[in-house]
Amino acid sequence: MSETRTSPSALLSFENVSMTFDDGTKALDNVSLSINAGELVTVVGPSGCGKSTLLRIASNLEANTGGICNIDRNSIGYVFQDATLMPWRTVARNVELIAELHKLPKAERNQLSKEAIELVGLSGFEDKYPRQLSGGMRMRASLARSLVMKPKVFLFDEPFGALDEITRERLNDELLRLFQHEGFAGLFITHSITEAVYMSTKVLVMSARPGKIIAEFDVPFSYPRNHDLRYEPEFGELCGKISHALRGAHE
Amino acid sequence: MSTPQTINVTIEEVIPDKRDKSSIADYIGPVVVFLVFIGFWYLLSTVVLPEQKRFLLPTPHKVIKEGFMVWQSGERRGFQPILLSLWDSAKIALLGLGITIVIGMSLAILMSSSRWLERATWPYLVAVQSAPVLALTPLIRALIDGTQTQRLLVVVLIAIFPIVSNTLFGLLSADKSQHELFTLQGASKWTRLVKLQFPAALPNIFVGLRISAGLAVIGAVVGDFYFRQGGVVGIGAQIDVYRNRLWGPELITAIILASTLGLVVFLFFGWVSRRAIGKWHIINRGH
Repeated sequence: MSETRTSPSALLSFENVSMTFDDGTKALDNVSLSINAGELVTVVGPSGCGKSTLLRIASNLEANTGGICNIDRNSIGYVFQDATLMPWRTVARNVELIAELHKLPKAERNQLSKEAIELVGLSGFEDKYPRQLSGGMRMRASLARSLVMKPKVFLFDEPFGALDEITRERLNDELLRLFQHEGFAGLFITHSITEAVYMSTKVLVMSARPGKIIAEFDVPFSYPRNHDLRYEPEFGELCGKISHALRGAHE
Repeated sequence: MSTPQTINVTIEEVIPDKRDKSSIADYIGPVVVFLVFIGFWYLLSTVVLPEQKRFLLPTPHKVIKEGFMVWQSGERRGFQPILLSLWDSAKIALLGLGITIVIGMSLAILMSSSRWLERATWPYLVAVQSAPVLALTPLIRALIDGTQTQRLLVVVLIAIFPIVSNTLFGLLSADKSQHELFTLQGASKWTRLVKLQFPAALPNIFVGLRISAGLAVIGAVVGDFYFRQGGVVGIGAQIDVYRNRLWGPELITAIILASTLGLVVFLFFGWVSRRAIGKWHIINRGH
């Protein structure tokens, strides 16, 4: 039995969460984790190990079949694998969508959307339609949309998986800057070890289905992080350890 | 707490706007096809048809001279009576199309909200689509009073299917993750419909509208055939008279005008579609 990692100040905590789907597939087995404000925790693991299920349970898109999940569901930012922008809305109108769904007055929505667009560096592109943007810019717009309501907890479901290396690294930096600026708690799913180490305060390794946390690594590097960090020996060493644990996870 | 700072990095290049640009070739095409069509028509009416049957398809110049250029001769002959009956049918077609759009889209919205209703309704829609309206005319006449209402019913029966099927397909086309985005915000069914499903369905809805618009004109012409009364009659009834009396030029003129009506309605909805969704909807031609 693993020790309880739940702390009272956690913004998101899982206590022995299990998930069995209707068809009998066991996706998660006794997962416990907790994330405080100012922590960015990354989960890496083999494909289909239930990483995304963690986020779906945290956001209540799925209900867990065992254990307890504590989270303030009114303050979640969810960033999907693809940008999920509405093609018929301009960047500005896409960014204000969530505020609109929360029925905020128009003036306030415009103001919030303007700030968020500035924060992700999309100023000047407010009136463009998604089809006129590159993949990276669409992802920025998607980030801006989640930022509008200033959520305390952010859930990232492999948001940069489809982008090229350079764009991905650039967005990693921007997300880190947003993370420092907004001070949210983040749960980040990825299958890139480098991305995991570069971004987070802690990396969790999940086993193949049914997913359970088989290793946990604290990332000692301080923020703000510089992209040269990726070439430091300590960085490489930590990546190596995680990679080793992941290999174990595949067995 | 760090100070808010605007991130100022080079933005990936905005993808250039590659839309279909209209060029001279776009206009040459229809002209060439038109010339081929006229040539073929001459060929039919002067060479292919046997001499004693040529009255069935008068040559283009004869149609223009005797169909289009004669304003009025006798009660039903001439361009003016044809135009009047065309206007009469156009009114039925447009009103019928309006009714079709309201009923068809409402039905599609209901069907999109319930799988049970969708399954229960489909077979009957397909049946309506394939039922020969001709065979239903005695029943329609027995059940419904008033020529106008009967004609409108025929339009609705003939035109409704594409609206329903395309709207329904469109309403169900939104991505799973887009739906989840709305679920996460606790959006109501109505909000989801108005802000997600309906806009996502627009490209399909316009496809349905264009097809149904053409069918509404056909419906109006067919309705004229079977349901008519004194006074101004629809173009379909007019065509029937010309056909019976073997007035070739008038017959062809009436057919051309009826087709033109269909074309105009079709082009109109294409234009509306470009105005409404042209800015964001991408047409992929594969090259």
